[in-house]
Amino acid sequence: MLNIIVCVKAVPDPNDADKLKIDPVTKSLPRSDISLVINPLDSHALEAALEIKRNDDAHITILCMGPPPAGNIVKECLALGADKGILLSDPAFAGADAFATAYTLAKAIEKNGAVDLIFCGMASSDGATEWVGPEIATFLNMPVVTMVNEIVENAGDEWIVKADYEHGYRKVKIKLPAVLTVTRNLNQPKALSFSGILKARKKEIITWDLKDLGVPVENVGLKGSPTIVTEMTRLESRREVEILEGSLQEKVDRLIKILKNSGVVNV
Amino acid sequence: MIDFTFTEEQELFRKAAREFAETKIAPHVPMMEETNGGWDEVVKELAEAEMFAVTIPEEYGGLGMGYMGRLIALEEIARVSVATAMMYQVFGLGIEPIMKFGTEEQKKKYLPKFVTGERLPTVAVTEPSGGSDPKGARTTYKKVNDSYVLNGRKCFITNSHIADVQIVLAKDEDNPEAFTAFILEIGMDGFKPTHIEHKVGMRGCNTGEIEMKNVEVPAENVLGGEGKGLKVSMSAIGDAGRGGMVGCALGLQQACLDESIKFSNERILYGKPIGKLQAIQFKIADMKIDLEAGRLLGYRAAAIQDQGGRSSNEFAAAKYYTTEAAQRAAKMAVDIHGGYGCMEEIPVTRFLRDSYVLGPSAGTSDIMKVIVARWAVS
Repeated sequence: MLNIIVCVKAVPDPNDADKLKIDPVTKSLPRSDISLVINPLDSHALEAALEIKRNDDAHITILCMGPPPAGNIVKECLALGADKGILLSDPAFAGADAFATAYTLAKAIEKNGAVDLIFCGMASSDGATEWVGPEIATFLNMPVVTMVNEIVENAGDEWIVKADYEHGYRKVKIKLPAVLTVTRNLNQPKALSFSGILKARKKEIITWDLKDLGVPVENVGLKGSPTIVTEMTRLESRREVEILEGSLQEKVDRLIKILKNSGVVNV
Repeated sequence: MIDFTFTEEQELFRKAAREFAETKIAPHVPMMEETNGGWDEVVKELAEAEMFAVTIPEEYGGLGMGYMGRLIALEEIARVSVATAMMYQVFGLGIEPIMKFGTEEQKKKYLPKFVTGERLPTVAVTEPSGGSDPKGARTTYKKVNDSYVLNGRKCFITNSHIADVQIVLAKDEDNPEAFTAFILEIGMDGFKPTHIEHKVGMRGCNTGEIEMKNVEVPAENVLGGEGKGLKVSMSAIGDAGRGGMVGCALGLQQACLDESIKFSNERILYGKPIGKLQAIQFKIADMKIDLEAGRLLGYRAAAIQDQGGRSSNEFAAAKYYTTEAAQRAAKMAVDIHGGYGCMEEIPVTRFLRDSYVLGPSAGTSDIMKVIVARWAVS
């Protein structure tokens, strides 16, 4: 049986983007009082694991680090078909950069036991560093392929995957256990089903804190983060809407004027 | 303290239902509006999403999610398509009496097939002479040997041309006080759907007439016992029917609110979005207050059912309030849109037409008041 871990991040719901606040001290996005969704690329990572499980004997564990509300995201992953969930939640984990996040996730993976494959989304929609997957691989001394867009062969413990590379792609043979970070081109995640939600009732979610992981407090969260965010600002994007009124000729005249004034046409 | 929050699981149901409505139902809406058809495609989508399994107990292959689960699903579907929600709610109305009054054989025969959508049910009570006074029905049955022979016509039947299992209320030819509910199946000689209605709203929701000419119905197809027809049909309409209409109305109210907020943030007047004007804000506030109040009424009634109680009175109050509120919301949404509110390509015109079909379905507002008054003075 393949033991698969899918790393999932709870990211701010893009529909609530206007409610996001920046912590003026840590320069991070506090997540405890905003609605959270599964990081979109992590949905593709989960779907990759589910596709394997549909054809082979596999056990999928969801691994998520976040505040207690992130437990809902783990539950949703179980409803989508994963077998077990682990939520890493402790105030000490807050403010982690990619390095501290990867360290904490790697320690949890070690604690969880045997693993054959670790799937991550290529990047998160909020941090977007693309580092967590490769750093997990480094901490666990495993090979990694980033930006995987196709699993070509997955028999035995040597897999062939296709991954985005600059303006082309590369085909890579990789020996398990390994870490794969995936792109949105890998698959189309399936929708939540009612029966999946009900099946999740019987599935286990374990919560581990700092003590459970048994790691030094200075290695996790903000304290364990070598990245220093010196400034974070909100991008102001302004959109103006003008509904053209009047006769057809008046509307056309106005449209031409707008296009000329904005430099789109030069007549 | 009373807990008014949805459970984590119910929030996931809502998310799943919303995703389903937005990705699988929304693409069908323009075609439904244009042709007043497309129900076969929509019903297929509902079946694939396990929607028909929602209220059916797990022992018959269903999901056993109860009235709360059904109301959540209905609200999210209606937010995208009231026509689809209406068909879905009436399938639920057809399932209800078999769950509540069916014999074990009837449950085993029909419920697992309803779960998958292989068979589809509806309830046929209303006749040209009216629906709220079922005793005025003219459809009759006569016992002949071991079976019953039905004759008559039913009108304004939702899913008339889709449902292949129809629960028909008829009165004893020899005793006008005795009513019995029968399970009729398409394929029985003399039983067929006839005219298709063209309603002012909910286009694409199948509504029509059915006809029974000397239809011979075996005794095992009597539902709830001979002479118990009024109890069977009124119980289903009072609980599942009115409860379903609440879901349709809440979804429509939410859709009106969503479109109004969107438009009022985009429409510039006097140099600023009209949403900054108090006149518009007050309309938005009225819609929101109505929606919140309606949800409390509706979900409370659903919760009572799921706790094993009956809440046909509570559903009557919720049905009255939410369907009236949906009409108010649609009118305000059209008003906020100004001239655009008269253009068919703008969704609020559909909302206004749909809102007027909510009223009479499962009993008019006046009938709901009669029920609520009876409840209040009892």
